[in-house]
Amino acid sequence: MDADDPSPLSPPCKDALHELYHLLSGEVDDAKRAQIAEHLDECAPCAEPYDFYAELRRCVQEQCHDIAPPELLARIQAAIEHESTADSWPPG
Amino acid sequence: MTRNPADAEDLVQETYLKAYRGFGGFEEGTNLKAWLYRILTNTYINTYRAKQRRPEETALDEVEDLYLYRRLGGLEAARVGRSAEDELLDLFTEAEVKAAIDELPDTFRMVVLLADVEGFSYKEIAEWLDIPIGTVMSRLHRGRKQLERLLYEFAVSNRLTKPVSDTVT
Repeated sequence: MDADDPSPLSPPCKDALHELYHLLSGEVDDAKRAQIAEHLDECAPCAEPYDFYAELRRCVQEQCHDIAPPELLARIQAAIEHESTADSWPPG
Repeated sequence: MTRNPADAEDLVQETYLKAYRGFGGFEEGTNLKAWLYRILTNTYINTYRAKQRRPEETALDEVEDLYLYRRLGGLEAARVGRSAEDELLDLFTEAEVKAAIDELPDTFRMVVLLADVEGFSYKEIAEWLDIPIGTVMSRLHRGRKQLERLLYEFAVSNRLTKPVSDTVT
């Protein structure tokens, strides 16, 4: 696991790292998720990057989250109202 | 997605108008956010993407696994007493994260935004972009690696950490 360590990764470590991004994306089935969780409980060198990438994901999501400016909302509302008076839709 | 706020606002407005016109096509009980993003993604591909072509391929396959984690590990160690969360929020500001995402080639940026920022499934993204799920995964793999590298470059240029030579010791 460690970059300093010349020894090859054990199969469970290799597997856990291979699935890292997929697991964080919710793309891993329950059985696999449980198997990896069990491995992370007993393998700190694998658990650390999991924590790191989970935080990275949260950071990127938070920093990318924009609130629409009020002018945009007003513009969209006006455009939709314009359509609704021009068309017969929605009925009722 | 569009790389500039004016186009982003136009894209959002167009998406809402299309959604309003096509609301009959929305199946009650399904995910409204996903439905809107599907319209938004299609609109973006058809309208905005054509005018901002960028080179899609760069030599980045040598970015190793856990690139960012391994390179910032030393920094974490140097900042004892701070939570990992504080450190990441400090390391990458909103401007840095957005600039890094803007730097990604178009095909990678779309899948990274949809999967990692908005949290949609690989399957949904494959359907919207009309590509196989394996292509979504390979674009994500390369996009994520490139994003890690760009974020690291920002961290270095902000003098928060010193560059690590290519041979990690």
